[in-house]
Amino acid sequence: MERAIERRAGPLAGVSTTKFAMWLFLASEAMFFGGLIAAYLVLRLAGSDWPVVADVLNVPLVAGNTFILIVSSLTMVFGLAAIESGDQRRLRQFLVATAVLGSIFLSIQAVEWRELLAEGTTASTSLFGSTFFTLTGFHGLHVLGGVLFMLYVIARAFQGRYTKEEHGGVELMGLYWHFVDVVWIFLFTIVYLV
Amino acid sequence: MSAAKRSRYLTVFAALAVFTVIEVAVAFTAITKSTQVVLLLGLALIKASLVALYYMHLRSEGPLLRVIAAFPMLLVIVLLLLPVFDLALAQ
Repeated sequence: MERAIERRAGPLAGVSTTKFAMWLFLASEAMFFGGLIAAYLVLRLAGSDWPVVADVLNVPLVAGNTFILIVSSLTMVFGLAAIESGDQRRLRQFLVATAVLGSIFLSIQAVEWRELLAEGTTASTSLFGSTFFTLTGFHGLHVLGGVLFMLYVIARAFQGRYTKEEHGGVELMGLYWHFVDVVWIFLFTIVYLV
Repeated sequence: MSAAKRSRYLTVFAALAVFTVIEVAVAFTAITKSTQVVLLLGLALIKASLVALYYMHLRSEGPLLRVIAAFPMLLVIVLLLLPVFDLALAQ
């Protein structure tokens, strides 16, 4: 099936079914997060008791976490570039680095959540708490899903399953990982900075 | 990995890092809220575009994948603008 589509002419030429499907999936994910962000905006603009975000949230800590996610996108794209030139050793190194950075991001988010919960801000105390935990929670779940997906890709990389010619799995992993980074770019702005 | 590719990815990374620092600086600068929102959303859009174009390789993809990527972005913008206008009219 994949081969049949790759041989097609027209707009799908050179695009594997799996890559096509991943882009469609990411498009649906963009709508999912778009809906959540729209709900956040409505509740925030209409809500009268919204706190000053910088007083409640640890912006410097999360700015550092944002930086970690950006570095993880760099290591991911370096991993893909490595296998594109047939370098399996560097692919493994960069994939492991990306998974570690993703795990650090999640750990720092856990610290942030613990601080907030200790201060009495929970998902049920206010509209702010409810929307904050929903947005960052769903994104965190996506990062967790990405790390698990990454562990599978790493296992295959250590088995030598990716080559210069066949590395579709690494490319799909990269697309998903960068998408999660793009979502965070918007969430960081909308939830923490605006 | 070719030197050109490596340098392109590193340049995008540097831009993302610098824009993030600028974002935090803008957020803590005493300017009007509307200016702040426009600047911050503009910076976020630039950062997201850089990741999509260079790290997700949309720059070198065919028109179909570009449309699949761009279409939900347009829908999300409509989704975000509608409630904002609705709220503005209601006030």
